[in-house]
Amino acid sequence: MSDIAERVKKIVVEHLGVEAAQVKEDAKFIDDLGADSLDTVELVMAFEEEFGIEIPDDAAEKIQTVGDAIGFIKGNAKS
Amino acid sequence: MPMFDLNGKAALVTGATGGIGGAIARALHAQGATVTLAGTRAEALDELRTALGERVHAIAARMDEPADIERLAKDAEAAMGKIDILVNNAGITRDNISMRMKDEEWDKVLQVNLTGTFKLTRAVMRGMMKRRFGRVINITSIVGVTGNPGQANYAAAKAGLIGMSKSLAQELASRGITVNCVAPGFIATPMTDVLSDEQKKAILGRVPSGRLGTPEEIAAGVVYLSSEEAAYVTGQTLHINGGMAMI
Repeated sequence: MSDIAERVKKIVVEHLGVEAAQVKEDAKFIDDLGADSLDTVELVMAFEEEFGIEIPDDAAEKIQTVGDAIGFIKGNAKS
Repeated sequence: MPMFDLNGKAALVTGATGGIGGAIARALHAQGATVTLAGTRAEALDELRTALGERVHAIAARMDEPADIERLAKDAEAAMGKIDILVNNAGITRDNISMRMKDEEWDKVLQVNLTGTFKLTRAVMRGMMKRRFGRVINITSIVGVTGNPGQANYAAAKAGLIGMSKSLAQELASRGITVNCVAPGFIATPMTDVLSDEQKKAILGRVPSGRLGTPEEIAAGVVYLSSEEAAYVTGQTLHINGGMAMI
């Protein structure tokens, strides 16, 4: 399952143009990684695409850190 | 390099078999864009596709069918590899004085002109966001700003497009996507041909230019808003109406 963490981090690096070293599990997308609100929507959509899952709006709101994203996907991913 | 060059750009035009839509498709194509024509009449689409020759695709789709809209966005992107320019031109009228207007007439016009436009734009904007480039041009109408007796449904839908466009413009500006409206006045098309001579005369009395506009004059505005040169123009409504309303 650590594979999921790597894939999430890769998406974050690609989308936000940040260094891989910055993408720690406790890093907040908006406060620490410079994302704006549209970035967070794009990230959620990218996660949905990558993992073949649906992330409902109320769940998406709670995904504020890289670790939140990994946790949600681990609990819901099919692949 | 000439201005408003669209070589290498991919455009999707809805309502492409209509008077204004056809002129828009031709104009974008003439500037070098690859164009996907969307409309409800397959035969008319094929005719226009044949007339334009290279760099043209045609997809039949109904804007009141959500499944059609999804498929249109997908197929157009597959055919052209991307969509840079989306011209939401599809529109219908079901005129009636409000007291007599049926639910069906109200619903249909809102569904096609406003809801369909939103759904298609939503389906297309994802690719534009990823590529950090997009031009969305919604064809509204002067009556969306001034109102018009007998067109409460049409005017509401067209006014809705303007508010929707301003909201989308704010959401998407940071991604290199502009969203604007073009608002035609009284243009010579099959949609206005059905008016009686008396009605036409009355309308022309309110047009300082003293004549109907042409579909090509609308298309020219769309070409401008589609161009790289218009990158700093967003959330605007370009009125092309011979001075009929100055707003």
